[in-house]
Amino acid sequence: MTQEKKLLVSAIKNGTVIDHIDAGHALKIIRILNLADHQKVVTVGLNLPSRAMKFKDIIKVEGRELTPEEANRVAILAPTANLNIIRNYEVVKKFNLKLPEKIDHLLVCPNLKCITNHEPMDSSFAVLPAGHEVKVKCVYCEKTFHQNEIQEYKI
Amino acid sequence: MNFKNRDIISINDLTKIEILEILKVAKDLKQKSRPNLLNNCVMGSCFFEPSTRTRLSFETAMERLGGKVIGFADPGVTSAKKGESLYDAIKIIGGYADVIAMRHPLEGAARRAAEATDKPILNGGDGANQHPTQTLLDLFTIEECQKKLNNLEVALVGDLKYGRTVHSLAQALCHFGARLHFVAPDALQMPGYICDELKAKKIKFSLHQKIEQIINKVDVLYMTRIQGERFADPADYERVKNAFVLKASMLKGAKNNLRILHPLPRVNEITTEVDKTKHAYYFEQAENGLFVREALLALVLGKL
Repeated sequence: MTQEKKLLVSAIKNGTVIDHIDAGHALKIIRILNLADHQKVVTVGLNLPSRAMKFKDIIKVEGRELTPEEANRVAILAPTANLNIIRNYEVVKKFNLKLPEKIDHLLVCPNLKCITNHEPMDSSFAVLPAGHEVKVKCVYCEKTFHQNEIQEYKI
Repeated sequence: MNFKNRDIISINDLTKIEILEILKVAKDLKQKSRPNLLNNCVMGSCFFEPSTRTRLSFETAMERLGGKVIGFADPGVTSAKKGESLYDAIKIIGGYADVIAMRHPLEGAARRAAEATDKPILNGGDGANQHPTQTLLDLFTIEECQKKLNNLEVALVGDLKYGRTVHSLAQALCHFGARLHFVAPDALQMPGYICDELKAKKIKFSLHQKIEQIINKVDVLYMTRIQGERFADPADYERVKNAFVLKASMLKGAKNNLRILHPLPRVNEITTEVDKTKHAYYFEQAENGLFVREALLALVLGKL
């Protein structure tokens, strides 16, 4: 961790750090994963300078260790993010978020004529391999969307 | 191969072997009718959106095989008007019928319907998404008029951006090594995602702006209607609407085996003088819808 980041976002003793989140997505991730749903400290850094990403977001959650399965739910928002489990100020586990093959419930289909936007039902998307880009295909309307085209999430 | 209780939602759900099996059954049924095959079976005909050919050919197919039909052709007479969900409606109709043929204005509606019932769903069109029975009857007709399906030169003409029939047909023709020609105004050309799929499958295709550029080299000319409502500016529609009209004089240099198809209804994109030429095959195509739908009904009901 660089000196600059230490100054911007304070360290946690025990818990989870989600780092290298695409800038602008941290608050959505907190809502989707219910990270602020307890009395412990949650620290958020938005638009932090990053050598690899230019700008990034970071989330530090005191007192809660996220599982990879939980974190992977939001991989569509942060495909390059990584998860650090912290115990006594030390990183004891570290892994990259991994996109699941299927994303249920979370995404709102951008196709206004998709049945999922008109019925009381969950959405379902298949994640398509597309090199460095992330594309998803709606199981229902069969339309394919780039990650950036997903504007709404069911929180 | 077992089609019993299978939903037919999207042409992409069918393998090449399955497509060929359906076409073979349709051919058999065209040659020899089976008036008692579906005795005591009931089809729910659920048309949440207007349809003439698809609905009538589904209903006729069921009747000609000895089955019975219940249903509606206007959602205004159903509980959909009261706000009932599609899921609930199909769950209930699935309790009455053995198979459901449906059309719905929303995309993905047939897939959703299939979740509501164990009875097989035959998708007769879900918005601009899929219309697999049309694609199957198109393939059946191409095979019938060309005596083969493989390695044909096929031109798709008209509204290639919004036309679901041309999307599904292009995808289905990938199985058969077709060389595709897309003829459309720039604003209505084949969408990028379909072109990407074709490239990934190494299918050769080219884009054109005039029918004359390709008419003398293709085996199948698949015409579609350009709808004025697709254009934001009516002046844009006026500019292009006559450029995609097929006239008999344009067929002078055509290959002997060229056949013209159209999912119908046509408005003015094929002049009536073309009907008299040997190349016109769109009315036979519409009739073939009957045999393909007979085949699908018999297969998903496990009777063949």
